[in-house]
Amino acid sequence: MSSLAAFAADLATGKLKIVDLTQTLSPDFPTIVLPPQFGQCAPFRMEVISRYDDAGPGWFWHNISVGEHTGTHFDAPVHWVTGKDLPNNTTDTLVVQNLIAPACVVDCSKDAANNGDYLLTVATLEAWEAKHGKIPAGNWVLFRSDWSKRQGAEYANVLEDGAHTPGPDAAAVQWLVDRGVLGFGVETIGTDAGQAHTFAPMYPAHTLMHGAGRYGLQCLCNLDQLPATGAMIVAAPLKILGGSGSPLRVLAIVPA
Amino acid sequence: MRRGYDGIVVAAPVTVPYERYSVHGAHHWLGRALHGLLQAAHLTSQDLDGLCVSSFTLGSDTAVGLTQHFGLSPRWLDHIPMGGACGIVALRRAARAVQAGDADIVACVAGDTNAPDSFRATVAGFSRFTIDAALPYGAGGPNAAFALLTDAYMRATGARREDFGRIAVSQRANASGFPHALLRAPLSLDQYLSARMVADPLALFDCVMPCAGAEGVLVMQEATAKNLGLAYVHLRSAIERHNAFPDDPIQLRGGWAMDRDDLYAMAATSPDQIGLLQTYDDYPVIVMLQLEGLGFCGQGEAPDFVRAHDLRTTGDFPHNSSGGQLSGGQAGAAGGYLGLTDAVRQLTGAALGPQIPGLQRALVSGFGMINYDRGLCSGAVILEAA
Amino acid sequence: MIRRPGNPTILPAAPLAPPAVRSRAARGLAVAAAQGRFALQVCAACGRTQYPPRDACVACLGAQLDWRDVPNGGVLTAATIVRISTDPYFRQHTPWRMGSVRLDCGVDAMAHVHGKCRPGARVRMALKLDKAGQGVMLALPEADANPMQSDPKLREFTCDPAGRRVLVTDGRTAFGQAAARALIAAGAEVFLGIAAAWNPFPGQNDLPGTPIALDLTDGISVQNAAAAIAARTDIIVNTAGYFRPGAGDARAAMDASYFAASRLAQMFLPALRARAGDGTHPACAWVNMIGINGLVPDPGAPLASAVNAATLALVRALRPEMRPLKLINAFVGQLDDQWHQALPPPKTSPTQFAQAVVAALRNGDEEIAVGDLARHTLAQWYDNHAITLHA
Repeated sequence: MSSLAAFAADLATGKLKIVDLTQTLSPDFPTIVLPPQFGQCAPFRMEVISRYDDAGPGWFWHNISVGEHTGTHFDAPVHWVTGKDLPNNTTDTLVVQNLIAPACVVDCSKDAANNGDYLLTVATLEAWEAKHGKIPAGNWVLFRSDWSKRQGAEYANVLEDGAHTPGPDAAAVQWLVDRGVLGFGVETIGTDAGQAHTFAPMYPAHTLMHGAGRYGLQCLCNLDQLPATGAMIVAAPLKILGGSGSPLRVLAIVPA
Repeated sequence: MRRGYDGIVVAAPVTVPYERYSVHGAHHWLGRALHGLLQAAHLTSQDLDGLCVSSFTLGSDTAVGLTQHFGLSPRWLDHIPMGGACGIVALRRAARAVQAGDADIVACVAGDTNAPDSFRATVAGFSRFTIDAALPYGAGGPNAAFALLTDAYMRATGARREDFGRIAVSQRANASGFPHALLRAPLSLDQYLSARMVADPLALFDCVMPCAGAEGVLVMQEATAKNLGLAYVHLRSAIERHNAFPDDPIQLRGGWAMDRDDLYAMAATSPDQIGLLQTYDDYPVIVMLQLEGLGFCGQGEAPDFVRAHDLRTTGDFPHNSSGGQLSGGQAGAAGGYLGLTDAVRQLTGAALGPQIPGLQRALVSGFGMINYDRGLCSGAVILEAA
Repeated sequence: MIRRPGNPTILPAAPLAPPAVRSRAARGLAVAAAQGRFALQVCAACGRTQYPPRDACVACLGAQLDWRDVPNGGVLTAATIVRISTDPYFRQHTPWRMGSVRLDCGVDAMAHVHGKCRPGARVRMALKLDKAGQGVMLALPEADANPMQSDPKLREFTCDPAGRRVLVTDGRTAFGQAAARALIAAGAEVFLGIAAAWNPFPGQNDLPGTPIALDLTDGISVQNAAAAIAARTDIIVNTAGYFRPGAGDARAAMDASYFAASRLAQMFLPALRARAGDGTHPACAWVNMIGINGLVPDPGAPLASAVNAATLALVRALRPEMRPLKLINAFVGQLDDQWHQALPPPKTSPTQFAQAVVAALRNGDEEIAVGDLARHTLAQWYDNHAITLHA
């Protein structure tokens, strides 16, 4: 039996199951909020073209509009200035081999779920490795905070000095880059912590990851259904010409 | 001194019996009036060389279209859109045409149809000033305009509703003997006073009832009438005036006052020689303005006048012998002929109701066209028995 | 919660308007009424005041008849109560008082007459917009501070917020919040639209009225809000829009202004119009906060000028179809907000705006300018459109 045939059989018999890591794309799902003098990411919008009516008697469809970084989405290296000159850095030139890859899930939910200022540190990552083994190169690292279980204002958690959402500190990001990870995935709106504009460097998960040609995944959910290791992630953004990212469906294949 | 109307006569008065609502168009009503005139005079349509028409409900047609519709080839044609003054003005113009030889026999007709929505449509599109400056204020139509006039008149003269009631009640008495009147049941002053308000101080019996109908007369030389064997009356004088006293804040007098001396002088007569007065009576207050304007009493004295006189055909001051529009109905432009046709009948001894004995002279008055806040056209003729 | 007793088994009164047809000259009355002026044609050659509006002077046949402010005093010559009308709108409203007034400027005008005016007494005249959007004469008592409130019949000419339910569309801004407060103070019940509630905004902890999720840039959100409250909304005050100086994201700006207004029009107005003849407090108005740069373009705010022009054109084009609703344009100049920090005064403040909207609703105005700059620009535009085009 070929490995693919075995894979198909395991899916069919339920030895493997699919976990959907994607938030529903809807108009009121929070988007990143930049200071007002900057351009803003468009929220998801949907207008009916026809609904079995005079605009189309037998069919129903919408026109949608959306920013590249709206909802559950993928960040390509070109998204950040540090990755702007790298090869294969846009959604249409990504190495497709990378779009299916294993994941290590770092569960910080116990400390992060109720702490918008929680930071993922090297110490936590080292502790994870001590328990689960070294993070292999080419793996996604998914940061479980359980923030996907929040909604609306609780989820965005924007206060007067900006968003307060968990994320990695700069050293942790550099550490992951040095491990050769494929990318970094989070449940919150950005791969960076809400207060990452105060870090050095600013926005390390963007600056360092994309500078190294790595990827980002945001607004994931159901990370609590994944094993610490052994999940296979299917994360293939739309093939947008020169795109910096895109909303996408993220699936995890896990042992039952 | 204006030239008189010597030798000009009016004959063959025709009233096409009125109907509250008609399924026919105005062309039908005018056609029946013309047919009645030809029958009365034993003429064919080719004998008519003059035509004068008044109507509000012809749609886009004018008198010109009617010539083709009716198969006439007149050498003199007029169209007089002057509502309640149209009979007077038509007679005045036709008389001059005949006198000058521009026509030999002129048929003067007026008529309108009436459908349940006709009145509203006529009111809604009556004139530019109506549309711009009257209709938007309650769309009460002529009732509202005459209510204002009546309100002002009552305060200016001390007239009471009973005074107007005398006019309505006496005309209803006249109508009881007139076969073509639509409203012939007796009307008491109590009924008048207790009727529902329409536009204060006007109540139901102050307002005419729109209906369908037509009227007509023939105008010709006296010799022509004699040849045809027709009964006729002499036209002795005629006046018309438009937009008189434009600076009066509200209409407490009509244009008659400007021209009445002329009217009586031409006819060599005076108000006390008039045996029958036919006023235009779309509302009783207008009758009062005519009594004053035509010199039967002084300005503001009409309330006293109507209290002092019996206005029935059988009374000491016969007035509106057919019952007028208040009892007969207002058949659109035909209302401008109603007094004229019945005056000709009375003067020729052919009254359809009680005949006024020995009647020598009648005065017929017209009034019309509430272009905005007042009637713009006034006119009058004096007719004399042959 | 404002509740109105009503019999749900009876068809509501239809949304009717009085006769709307006018000659071109007579439309000048609406121009004056919309500005709250009492202006009539005056002959440039001989100075004679004209009424009804004409194409030639009644005294000298001069053709140049300029609309000028004229004295509004007069004497009520006669009055009546129309109890039977040929017009469906007035049939809903009979008995209806009207009369004839001799004005001090020498003309006679039929007019709607306030219940306290008596024939023979002096009156002051006003031009108001009726529910057809046409300018009409009102005879008001000389000594009455609030004549539009003191005769219930005259409510037909106003959109008084008292006792009405108002949707203020954008509670995220100081302008929306101030408008909501002023409307509540004027006796209205307010629904306050809040977009993207997850994203905090100034004043969110002290919001007036009842908040309702409403994002005018999202058709689905507008539809949901309409489903929830359109049938209970009597007035909409739309404070969403785009009022920033300089350049910007044109698509987003258009979405926040023109498309926002368009979605409101599509999803709310039919429900409002359906109740625009009904009961003692019919649905009556849609107010839009619109930059005066939409009327006279501002070189300092090209994007705002364009999108406000689009919104303005939409509102004006919808007016005839939406009668008897009043579609009120509340023109604003530079807003007193963070976007206009670098610009010198005068600016339009939230309080000014809120008070002006309440006043416009009470007066029944349809085109108002809020603040000195907007007022000045509107005055220039009325004075000579062409010159403002070639500024």
